Amino acid sequence: MDPVNRKIRLATVWLGGCSGCHMSFLDMDERLLELAQRVELLASPFTDYKDFPEVDITLVEGAVANEEHLEQIRLIRRRTRILVAFGDCAVTGNVTALRNVFPVEEVLARAFQETATPVVGVPRGNPAVPRLLERARPIHEVVQVDYFLQGCPPSGPEIYEFLMALIEGRQPEIARKKFG
Amino acid sequence: MSIKTLTIDGRMVTGAAGESIFDVAWNNGIRIPRLCHVGGISDVGACRLCLVEIEGWPKLAAACLTPVEEGMVVRTQTERLRRHRKLIVELLLAERNHVCSVCVQNGHCELQDLAAELGVDHVRVYYRFPRLGVDMSHERFGLDHNRCILCTRCVRVCDEVEGAHTWDVAGRGVNCMIVADMGEPWGNSETCTSCGKCVQVCPTGALFEKGKTVGEMYKDRRFLKYIVTAREKRQWIR
Repeated sequence: MDPVNRKIRLATVWLGGCSGCHMSFLDMDERLLELAQRVELLASPFTDYKDFPEVDITLVEGAVANEEHLEQIRLIRRRTRILVAFGDCAVTGNVTALRNVFPVEEVLARAFQETATPVVGVPRGNPAVPRLLERARPIHEVVQVDYFLQGCPPSGPEIYEFLMALIEGRQPEIARKKFG
Repeated sequence: MSIKTLTIDGRMVTGAAGESIFDVAWNNGIRIPRLCHVGGISDVGACRLCLVEIEGWPKLAAACLTPVEEGMVVRTQTERLRRHRKLIVELLLAERNHVCSVCVQNGHCELQDLAAELGVDHVRVYYRFPRLGVDMSHERFGLDHNRCILCTRCVRVCDEVEGAHTWDVAGRGVNCMIVADMGEPWGNSETCTSCGKCVQVCPTGALFEKGKTVGEMYKDRRFLKYIVTAREKRQWIR
């Protein structure tokens, strides 16, 4: 395809977050149709993909909370031109990082033993269950981040304005009245 | 009363001898950022956000603690000051656990507002994630050490306006904490009058009324002006 007029290749990923930022993405409502004219969505929690593609923009929701996230975010960084920390968990750690004040063993015991019914115990040695990192991290502590889109979650219109600016090659106006 | 004439951000302004640069600037509509200053109680220069440049001075000066002098040339909004202030706010955010999205003060927090105003879009230093407690022993109020920035407004208003001196500061460095009486649970304090002045002057969600959930805590410190006017002018007027 014509490299100048080709559509912007977009990806969105969901690391250690609640999916609220992606729900907010869907809150763009009819503007999603407008966005679809301008971008090609190559990877997202809504699409099926085996290997993370080479893209222009990736929105990363969530903190880096386990070993799989760590591996993913490094690969995503290598294959992304503009990496965006998408929402407060990606930007600050936010709710995902609330557990950081406790040792991982305490966190696991609380989730899988003290409050679980039925109690099956803490999953260990199962390769399908990624190991938690000692601390959940905002993504800029792990890889270079190009833009920070704050909010818990950022609103649909904010996401739209931000993406349109990037697509049109403008500096996104992300000065918010509120931190976090 | 002797009058001092000085220049702040290129504007010629006047203040009374003994008045701080901070007060003279604000009286003239020049807004210097602050988190520990609050009108009506003494200043301590704890937050360092009101640092200003003064021509001929080798160091930056805290505007709240520096009296105006004749012929002073003060700059409050230089690029260097903006850089320092931004980093101060980031350090405050990283020092304890300020999780805005689940905080009682979300949306009307002085720290959060200042972060936005200074263009903080992420924190460049590593978060410390200290393990701190929440004191819910008081009948009506709570103290969340996770949100405390140690501005000591609560300590000063309790001592200087209420006259109880329930609050004080214990420990050094990262172990520095606001404590009630001799370090006991707030609810056990024999000096606390439950007046709530500390809660109303607290700039963040560290002190709050019980029963308030995310974003529901609004602070109102108009009482302070009322009391200080009464004390200074002998008039109970709003």
